[in-house]
Amino acid sequence: MADFLQHVINGISLGSIYALIALGYTMVYGILQFINFAHSDVYMVGAFIAYFVARAVGMTESPGIETLVILLGASMVGCALLGVAIERLAYRPLRKAPKINILITAIGMSLFLEYFGQVVFGADPKVFPSVLQDSVLFQMGTVPLKSLDIAVLGVTLVMMFALNFLIYHTKIGRAMRAVSTNMNVASLMGVNNDFIISFTFFVGSALAGAGSVLVGMKYPKIDPLMGMMIGLKAFVAAVLGGIGNIQGAVLGGLIMGLSEEMVVGYFSSTYRDALAFGILIVILIFRPAGLLGKYTVEKV
Amino acid sequence: MKTFLNSAKVPLIAFVVLWVLGIFVNFSFNSYIQLILIYIMINMILAMSLNLVNGYTGQFSLGHAGFMASGAYTSAYLSTVIPMPAGAMQLPYFFALALAGGLVASVAGLLVGLPSLRLKGDYLAIVTLGFGEIIRVTLLNTDAVGGARGMYGIVGPTDWSLAGIPISRFMGGFTHALIWVLVCFFTIWRIIRSAHGRAFLSVREDEVAAESMGINTTRAKVLAFVLSSFFAGVAGAIFAHYANYLNPSSFTFMRSVDAVIMVVLGGMGSLSGSLLAAIFITVIPEALRPIQELTGYDLRMVIYSLSLVLLMILRPQGLFGKYEITEALPWLQKFFKKSKATATTDGGAS
Amino acid sequence: MSTPLLEARSITMQFGGLKAVDSLQFQIQKGELMGLIGPNGAGKTTVFNMLTGVYQPTQGDVIFDGQSIKGKKPWQVSHLGMTRTFQNIRLFKELSVLENVLVASNQQIEYGFFSPLLKTKKFLDQEVALRKEALELLRIFHLEGKANDEASSLPYGEQRKLEIIRALATKPKLICLDEPAAGMNHNETHALMETIAKIRKDFSLTVLLIEHDMKLVMGICERIVVLDHGVKIEEGTPEKIQASKKVIEAYLGTDEDLQGSSSTTGGH
Repeated sequence: MADFLQHVINGISLGSIYALIALGYTMVYGILQFINFAHSDVYMVGAFIAYFVARAVGMTESPGIETLVILLGASMVGCALLGVAIERLAYRPLRKAPKINILITAIGMSLFLEYFGQVVFGADPKVFPSVLQDSVLFQMGTVPLKSLDIAVLGVTLVMMFALNFLIYHTKIGRAMRAVSTNMNVASLMGVNNDFIISFTFFVGSALAGAGSVLVGMKYPKIDPLMGMMIGLKAFVAAVLGGIGNIQGAVLGGLIMGLSEEMVVGYFSSTYRDALAFGILIVILIFRPAGLLGKYTVEKV
Repeated sequence: MKTFLNSAKVPLIAFVVLWVLGIFVNFSFNSYIQLILIYIMINMILAMSLNLVNGYTGQFSLGHAGFMASGAYTSAYLSTVIPMPAGAMQLPYFFALALAGGLVASVAGLLVGLPSLRLKGDYLAIVTLGFGEIIRVTLLNTDAVGGARGMYGIVGPTDWSLAGIPISRFMGGFTHALIWVLVCFFTIWRIIRSAHGRAFLSVREDEVAAESMGINTTRAKVLAFVLSSFFAGVAGAIFAHYANYLNPSSFTFMRSVDAVIMVVLGGMGSLSGSLLAAIFITVIPEALRPIQELTGYDLRMVIYSLSLVLLMILRPQGLFGKYEITEALPWLQKFFKKSKATATTDGGAS
Repeated sequence: MSTPLLEARSITMQFGGLKAVDSLQFQIQKGELMGLIGPNGAGKTTVFNMLTGVYQPTQGDVIFDGQSIKGKKPWQVSHLGMTRTFQNIRLFKELSVLENVLVASNQQIEYGFFSPLLKTKKFLDQEVALRKEALELLRIFHLEGKANDEASSLPYGEQRKLEIIRALATKPKLICLDEPAAGMNHNETHALMETIAKIRKDFSLTVLLIEHDMKLVMGICERIVVLDHGVKIEEGTPEKIQASKKVIEAYLGTDEDLQGSSSTTGGH
């Protein structure tokens, strides 16, 4: 039983991170109907930004709340700016082009970030700075609740709450919802589509940045290709929940995290990655709209 | 028989001309260049076959590597069970193996295509990507074909002599590859200029309208997919027996992306474009090798990926768009008959 | 009474909570020229989609030429002999005019997969025959000169014509025309009326027509079905429809609505 609870905690922890990254995919898909392949690489850059910032201010060995906040801030801001730059330079010129063109551009951008990262950062893994003291904060019976997991959950909840507030209780959030429903009509209503789209990339990328710090905190080895696997899983999470659906991304993330933990814990760890593909294919074949999504019928 | 001879006229002439070129390469260039040429031909088959699905039928498949792997491993495995004959029998042997590889790959294509082809655009791309990866991971975990270590010592064409004339392994491999390049080219070329091809094109243009005009769109998509995976498998088989070593890491998502890049670079819907693009994509990384030596950094992939982005922004139709080289460069029409994919009033040319 | 060529038996189309078409019942006799009219949003195109297999009716059935359409896909319906044009032109834009027509005649081919590869006599002969037939169709509509032009390069009126020609190439028994006069001026509409009458005669067709242009509808339709909010509100000859209070109300609103609107426009 204790084992099971431990797996649940790990699953929720992992799932929260998947959710944060999945939100970026889902927000961009909701607004532009396109899969931003480069998102997971923006996430990777975030981890490195945090790494270099920590080195620059000499905080590599001083775990604490302060460090967490500073690294989160640096990574989120860096990722947000990178995401906006990519949209502006690579995707915006293709706004009116056929879908396949923009998909290929996204793939190209993703590859570029990975290979450029290898050249600039070096292909070998680096050690992420110590973010928080790894301690047991309290016990739930025989199951320890570690500080890292609490931090992951805490940061994620704060982000979710902020995002929810942004989207459903602010003017700009309303504009985002309008643009994702119907871009042309939204612009007729006075919404600046370009700005809203950039803003969506800004927010989605920032969340990925937050995710990367949390990952760096829990699994301190970072390298330029770290985005690939987690990006795929987060993407599957977004599709599982219903791509374009914010709540779906969170739900999908949690399901992905929990199921991965259970498979590793009770079945076999070699199938940890294959599980993601399996879920993806099952979902796309049997329920492509995802759990919370709607499959729109083409008007004839 | 008469029609067969008639239809074989152009392909045979092409074969003879290109084969003579091969003899020239055989004696004039070293084995490195020869290897590049074989790789170019493998890439040509990959590009043309993917073009059938992505370019002519308008379905975005990102899993081509999986089918290539299926064909490669099938052919390689069969060659461990059926020993290679000597001398002149090598060519039919490898041809048969490639055929088997292609057939297995086409079955894989059928299994992947049937459930997936109902999906549109992004979704189809992701599912095919997923299936490609599943094939790769399955091979990775199959010890009978070497698993993660890979398969070593796969037989390939060898040097032999025909009545005293030495025939190098390159000539054997080249002849085999050339036959398949031509089979692939003319199959796709002629299918496109038939009712089946028009069905593919109509699916690309407007699937709803096509279906309302009596086209079984599902069958058309699956047919394109199966035909495409057949040739991908053949390409894999050729690869296996010339590289003599297989590893699942040769068939990752990147390989599928390579194929997509070739199709897009050449022009979606242009067979001649795919041929040219295959040459570029094979040669450029090799040509850029000196930069790697010079700077100490492997900038080739960085340049490659950046070029991809620029290509999409600046010239998304690639080299020839949906036209063949003879339309893009009209002065070439003196040498070739009319070659447009869109049917013209004089019908059935070439 | 002879068996109707097409019978819609109480067909209903429900999208979630919305009933786009509700228990629609009508028949078309072979050779008839029937009109389907109604205010915008009445469900007319939805009906077309149900008849041709694009949508599956949530309830009810469609019987065409004695066969049920239930569960059939659009291409199967096309093979049975029912074809259509689209409200927003759906030509194969990047294909040539000739190819648009050739695609529709795919049903007639009798060669398999390998014939084109080997360029057999069967293949070559059929291709020549198909082209001849397609060009003949184009000639009837004076489009044969543009056979090799890209379909999207045609002016609007000719694109509409091409859609009709393409549908005719499927050798149908019944053709459903979805607002063929949309965007046409007076002269073009008149020419279209003649065209419809002509193809009906020359190709022994039955015609079902959705239209907003009342002159066209009243001018050529023998019978008319009127739809409003998914429900059939009237059916009969043009005279009967023109005199029907229900139809007038559906299009123009009731007396109260008219009074209300005239006061806001401030007279005149």
